[in-house]
Amino acid sequence: MARMKFLCDADRCIECNACVTACKNANEVPWGINRRRVVTINDGKPGERSVSMACMHCNDAPCAAVCPVDCFYTTADHVVLHSKDLCIGCGYCFYACPFGAPQYPKVGNFGSRGKMDKCTYCSGGPTGADGSAAEFAVYGSNRMAEGKLPLCAEMCSTKSLLAGDGEIIAQIYRERVLKRGYNSGSWGWQTAYQETINV
Amino acid sequence: MLIKRRDAVVQKTRLQSMLGDLSSGVLDRRAFLRRAGFTAGAIGLAGLPLGSVKKAQAAAIDPKLAVKTVKSVCTHCSVGCSVIAEVQNDVWVRQEPAFDSPINRGSHCAKGASVRELVKGGRRLRTPMKLVDGEWQKITWDVALDEISAKLLKIRQDQGPESVFWLGSAKFSNEGAYLFRKMAAFWGTNSADHQARICHSTTVAGVANTWGYGAMTNSYNDIRNAKTMIIMGGNPAEAHPVSLQHILTGKELNRANLVVIDPRFTRTAAHATDYIRIRPGTDIPTIYGILWHVFENKWEDTTFISQRVYGMDDVRKEVAKWTPEEVERVNGVPGEQLKRVAYMMTHEKPATLIWCMGATQKTVGTANVRAYCILLLATGNVGAPGTGANIFRGHCNVQGATDAGLDVTSLPFYYGLVEGAWKHWARVWDVPYEYLQSRFDSKKMMETPGIPTTRWFDAVLSPPDQIDQRNPLRAMVVMGHGGNTVTRMPEMVKGLEALELLVVADPHPTTFAVVSERKNNTYLLPVCTQFETSGSRTASNRSIQWSDRVVPPIWESKDDYEVMYRLSEKLGFADQMFKHIKVVDKNPIAEDITREINRGAWSTGYTGQSPERLKAHMANQDKFDIVTLRGKGGEVDGETYGLPWPCWGTPEQKHPGTHILYNTNLHVKDGGGTFRARFGVERDGKTLLAEGSYSLGSEIKDGYPEVTYGVLKKLGWDGDLTADELAVITKIGGEKPETVSWSIDLSGGIQRVCILHGIVPYGNAKARANAFGLPDPVPVHREPIYTSRPDLVAKYPTLPDFRSFRMANIGGTVQKRAVDLGVVKNFPLVLTSGRLVEYEGGGEETRSNPWLAELQQDMFVEINPADADARGIKHGQMVWVTGAESNSKTWVKAHITDRVGRGVAFMPFHFAGWFQGVDQRAKYPKGADPIVLGESVNTLTTYGYDPVTGMQETKVTLCQIAASIA
Repeated sequence: MARMKFLCDADRCIECNACVTACKNANEVPWGINRRRVVTINDGKPGERSVSMACMHCNDAPCAAVCPVDCFYTTADHVVLHSKDLCIGCGYCFYACPFGAPQYPKVGNFGSRGKMDKCTYCSGGPTGADGSAAEFAVYGSNRMAEGKLPLCAEMCSTKSLLAGDGEIIAQIYRERVLKRGYNSGSWGWQTAYQETINV
Repeated sequence: MLIKRRDAVVQKTRLQSMLGDLSSGVLDRRAFLRRAGFTAGAIGLAGLPLGSVKKAQAAAIDPKLAVKTVKSVCTHCSVGCSVIAEVQNDVWVRQEPAFDSPINRGSHCAKGASVRELVKGGRRLRTPMKLVDGEWQKITWDVALDEISAKLLKIRQDQGPESVFWLGSAKFSNEGAYLFRKMAAFWGTNSADHQARICHSTTVAGVANTWGYGAMTNSYNDIRNAKTMIIMGGNPAEAHPVSLQHILTGKELNRANLVVIDPRFTRTAAHATDYIRIRPGTDIPTIYGILWHVFENKWEDTTFISQRVYGMDDVRKEVAKWTPEEVERVNGVPGEQLKRVAYMMTHEKPATLIWCMGATQKTVGTANVRAYCILLLATGNVGAPGTGANIFRGHCNVQGATDAGLDVTSLPFYYGLVEGAWKHWARVWDVPYEYLQSRFDSKKMMETPGIPTTRWFDAVLSPPDQIDQRNPLRAMVVMGHGGNTVTRMPEMVKGLEALELLVVADPHPTTFAVVSERKNNTYLLPVCTQFETSGSRTASNRSIQWSDRVVPPIWESKDDYEVMYRLSEKLGFADQMFKHIKVVDKNPIAEDITREINRGAWSTGYTGQSPERLKAHMANQDKFDIVTLRGKGGEVDGETYGLPWPCWGTPEQKHPGTHILYNTNLHVKDGGGTFRARFGVERDGKTLLAEGSYSLGSEIKDGYPEVTYGVLKKLGWDGDLTADELAVITKIGGEKPETVSWSIDLSGGIQRVCILHGIVPYGNAKARANAFGLPDPVPVHREPIYTSRPDLVAKYPTLPDFRSFRMANIGGTVQKRAVDLGVVKNFPLVLTSGRLVEYEGGGEETRSNPWLAELQQDMFVEINPADADARGIKHGQMVWVTGAESNSKTWVKAHITDRVGRGVAFMPFHFAGWFQGVDQRAKYPKGADPIVLGESVNTLTTYGYDPVTGMQETKVTLCQIAASIA
């Protein structure tokens, strides 16, 4: 079974926020909840780069490791989902997540945050049948069940945000790097390989 | 307090507390779930009533209902991204990526990815409204139109037709824009304008005066072929995000140079290979600074210039004055940087020049554009793949609305206002010329350019003896146009208050509804978006795309066509105006309007694009190549996507459209062309026609003038006309059939015969480096009216005062006064304005969309850290920004950033609803206030108008910034 991934090509990301509103559009996420957002470093300076961030659907997800009620599970596509029926809104996952993915509908401490919400990779959740209104109401759309990818990546203005089988998007990215003649367009490269971006 | 995403935490703001049910801060879990979609069974789609007043509900698809897929086009910019809507029971339930579109390939920006919200319409104007003693009252359409038409007719009777100003929209379809212009003609005034005036009017004037047509020469897709891309005065990463897909791909594939020249380090600049910062308002010195190196090193394209350019020697003389030292003194850019650009443009070809409002919105707008064109001509970068003036236009149909003549200087499709033009359209409309003349005050007024949107309030406030028409303006009818879009808003507000009648027809109330202290005689009419009607729209690259209606108009709104029909009916000329347009139940049929356009728009080649052909292109999007836009296979084989104009002849002639203008490497029947012969054949003994250059397959191997029946006769080709074609030509020409030209021959015969012989109907001329007839035939640098460098005004003054568009233009006096008074001492910062990706134009529509509004919640001003430090201003703090005229002031948030250089401040132009420190939310009709309100930058912008088009100067003025205690 393929392992689904996101990859944001930071050479292409122009911080247009299409991924953010596409997510709102696909999932009808309310005001204040951002399953996806664009982070910009060096804003307004040479070296400015943006990267679109959401749940990265980790292989060994820290959120799942710390969840006291064990509400997380991983689908056959390696997408990390959770049950809002089980979630107690404690916020441990928020502390554990390196990407700031978990969102809470309310501001407050000690269980008053409300149920956690996060990117589902447009894969719905455990309530109701795939693509049902019941599932949509709680988790948003289930495009994966229809063989479609998350809307954020499908609508990315510059094809910066890629989603899909990790093997395939890695191949797309490798081809881009080859054509560009330089590396490091992808977010995280500097951390991994200690090379500076040289455009 | 989110003004940039780097403020990671969304704090609870006055906005959130106001938002109530939208805000996360007050949501409980139930509310969250309710808003996350709709709960099963509670408000299922099947239960929705099918009445005329309804609201879209939710996004989950009901498996029990059939899903209808509709293809439309995004309404937010000129790139022309296709939108796929999934519709159930007349509710737009889901938006899918349009992967087949060769323009956007599924992609969108923040705005395009959220267009479904527009027809959910939570903040839309729901019913017609009327202001009664300062309170909004709901009224019916019939009452509204009865009252409006009675008042308009009264004003017409008492003060004449010229006292009504008709302000249309670049968000109309082509059909809507054409109808609006036609409506103004039947009303009897040329004062019908739209957003092109304030975005690219100077581009149209500058480019058309150089080589014939005022439009982008190539296409977004074609930029993939460029090896050097210069973006000067534009920020497409925010204004046209999907264009960056083509730009960045081209940059990667060709290892191309991407040079951004701008006062501001934009998000586009963040992806550039070279960034050059200039002082705002020094575009011509910068271009001449580049050209100086081109000429100095003999890098110019001499063959191209000798064959296809007129008057380059006059440019050389002007350029010689701009030594690297003088350039740096004026614009602050070291010579080496510009030499590098000069080298790229001449050695790393093909090169393209991309521009937007940074070039156009200045008192030297037309001259700027002309200078840009001259640079392209000198380096031989026009008329081939990868080259060209890639002018990114603004609104989704600003190109089409401009073409359709929503303009104070012309009838539809650039025929101008001369008697011949009126007679041409009288023939197309099948009404007597005398009837049209009877609608106007006089034949003279009929042929006089109208009042432009930049100056309408001056035309209201003007003493009657200082305006060249019977009376000042007394009424304004606005359809689809924001009220915060023109400079000098404090003056504009006075104009609004002086109007006897104000009618705003729009999906939203707009700034016009709230910014003044009007108490009565103000009407709001709910008009739907383009997703709730059908029609064609022209993208920036001249491709025309048909968009189908996604859902019927929501609430009580009506579409543009119906509103215009009903209004013209009440005004008494519907039977004449819609003589050959089918109307069903007061709804004019869009396709029929397109066909009327096809019958009349010969001058621009809008004749081959029948609704059937346009729809075939939308249905076969997958057949088009993403670089060449050429169709492969099926019924669109060999055609260019969207049949970009000119698409010569009748639809039956199957011209493929013109992907790249002036491209001599192709036969005219395949979309080839030459520079247009528009300015005569000779001047001062020098030919204006091309020499030794001609389009592929031309039977005339040299330049030639525009083609008339008389020219055909001389060439001996008149025998190729059919008897029917000849009959039409003879009928039009009357006594002098020889004078009937390619542009007024309603049979299309002249165009057909031209193409048969491989020649372009409009002739084959040289482009003009010297555009005689313009105020500055060779562009010269002129300092902005309010300049930060008064020391340069003596050498580079603005033009002396003159009259244009029926009024005085006193720019010369204003500049002199500003210099004499030392305005720069009190207002030392240069103020410029621009775009945010989340919002569009005046912003009323996009600030009402919660998915977008959440991303930009506050109006702000960008200040350089040094300037902020000198004023004791901290990041995120509220500040007063004051302007150089009318004691204007705005209360906004400070955003301290290196994005702007020292001495420059930047403000986005999408905000309204706050005016000079006062919140105007309570003045909106209940429930129709945009989610985000803020101060308008145009409260601060100042006097200054381009001499050719009346364009306003928003991109460079002066301001001061001070910390606010609050």
